Amino acid sequence: MSSVATSAPSLEAPVRAGHRPSVLSVYRWELRKLVSQKRTYLGLGLAILLPLIFVVSQLLRGHPPHADSIFASEIFQSGLATPVLMLTFLAPFFLPLIASLVAGDIVAAEDNNGTLKTILTRSVDRGQIFAAKVLAAVTYGIAAVYVSAGVGTVAGVGSWGFHSVRTFSDTVVSAPKALLFIFAANAFFLVPLLAIVCIGVLLSTVARNSAAAIVGTLGVTLVLAIVSQIPGLEGLHPYLLTTQYFAWQGLLRTPTDWSPILHSLWVCALYAVPALIAAYLVFLRRDVAGG
Amino acid sequence: MAADAPPVRARGLVKRYKEVLAVDHIDLNVDAGDVYGFLGPNGAGKTTTLRMALGLIMPTAGSVELFGRDPMRAGARALEGVAGFVEAPRFYPYLTARKNLELLAALDGDGARGRIDEVLETVELTPRGGHRVGGFSHGMRQRLGIAAALLRRPRLLILDEPATGLDPAGMRDMRLLIQRLAGEGITILLSSHQLPEVQELCDRVAIVDSGRVVYEGALADLRRQGGAGYRLRSTDDAQALRIAREQPGVDGALIDEQGLGFQAEERHVGELTLALAGAGIGVLALTPELATLEDLFFRLTDEAEPNRSDASSPVSTDSDLGATVGAG
Repeated sequence: MSSVATSAPSLEAPVRAGHRPSVLSVYRWELRKLVSQKRTYLGLGLAILLPLIFVVSQLLRGHPPHADSIFASEIFQSGLATPVLMLTFLAPFFLPLIASLVAGDIVAAEDNNGTLKTILTRSVDRGQIFAAKVLAAVTYGIAAVYVSAGVGTVAGVGSWGFHSVRTFSDTVVSAPKALLFIFAANAFFLVPLLAIVCIGVLLSTVARNSAAAIVGTLGVTLVLAIVSQIPGLEGLHPYLLTTQYFAWQGLLRTPTDWSPILHSLWVCALYAVPALIAAYLVFLRRDVAGG
Repeated sequence: MAADAPPVRARGLVKRYKEVLAVDHIDLNVDAGDVYGFLGPNGAGKTTTLRMALGLIMPTAGSVELFGRDPMRAGARALEGVAGFVEAPRFYPYLTARKNLELLAALDGDGARGRIDEVLETVELTPRGGHRVGGFSHGMRQRLGIAAALLRRPRLLILDEPATGLDPAGMRDMRLLIQRLAGEGITILLSSHQLPEVQELCDRVAIVDSGRVVYEGALADLRRQGGAGYRLRSTDDAQALRIAREQPGVDGALIDEQGLGFQAEERHVGELTLALAGAGIGVLALTPELATLEDLFFRLTDEAEPNRSDASSPVSTDSDLGATVGAG
């Protein structure tokens, strides 16, 4: 910096209330940060690997697995049964885990690294940064679900063909319609997954520790799963988040059973909205004393 | 932003963490064009005060306004024309220096992105712009912190220990940069435990201790208030010390390896020399010494907290100013 005395930028220009960045600008940078981190690819790698492992193992095995799902017996008849079966397998644990990796980390990591103070002393309000972080965590959850579904579909169709499949009601749907159902089923699975994302963001905001927030988010899923297994608490089942992980199955019945899907919407809102509001309020008022 | 509002105005600022009172009713007045030193020992509440000024932490009581706007009420709008960092500047280690600045420019808007090359050049990081910050030295991160602040074209620059951890050349360059920026009319609020840095750069100071301001005003006034000091060498320093301590108007007499140091008004110095001569003690040398910022700093903070160990002689020369005090 030996030439600082002569090379400092011209700063005489008066500062005025200029163009302030939008949430979209902040969101774009949140995504760029995600793309630049190895951890991001750990979750997406899982989302890619698990369907591939399943398909390869079934090809080697040579006969369909014994499972309760009708789609298990269907996988050799149509490749489109694979993504449905994968969603059934991954919904209770792996996809919430992948979503938690980012949701639980997204605020806490910045707090730990001291970069929260860096971005909070620029021209964006805390609310904008919070909104962008939530959107980024949601985007990651959506990406994980559709990457898994996409890999499962491609691998399944590549192995067993693009044929019609039987639904939970034992009716047959054409391959194009089944593809549409697969897309929609994953979309409905996103409802409880986004509730998990909101809980993850809350824990990330409150805990100020990435590992604790990620484990805590996953812990919520595990605790609810355990509660669902305790005899005598059956009355709680319709209100457990873990039950909502399978609400999408209503879509794969004939006629479509909308009641679990609609039920899932408001039950998930009961988890997501308070968590998100609490996270927002904590983020707005928190002392950024680290770093 | 009111056109005539002062860069920083804090009133009755308090921050309490449960039982700990980190900041205790601090008032600050930083005027336009000031290079304002914010001094205090470790844990005095300097960084906490700066964090409140930047809206990073919420005051328990009181308020701080930047150009007339309270960050707690106005949010990011209160930071218009304001930039800086508290403690070490932090960046995303997995992004390059340039990407970090692009990110911050995106959060600044207002054409900040177009100034990236310029500010990288200013801090001489252009060749390292494409390198990840994770591999940067402390000094390079400090410089990148300055670059990030300059992106905002600030009218007020808040710097918390900007020279900490830099080598002597880096410290000199940092001082030159601050002087250059001050010369361009930027008001600078400089928290530092480098007393020579403050003495060289600042025209006004606030000295905080235990969360309270023990002095705020012009550095020149402070040094005048500190009174003149003298250094005396004699044929019998021990006897001279005894006489000096009994002499009216002579304060703070102490002997160290450089002789007898004391403070007194000029007329009392004359009386002391006569008393020494009367006692048969010859004066070998008598030199006046102005109180340094370090002397005044320790005097003020020791007055505020009498139990703290005596870390300084009553009078010292400017060459003694290598000493630092802990960061608060």
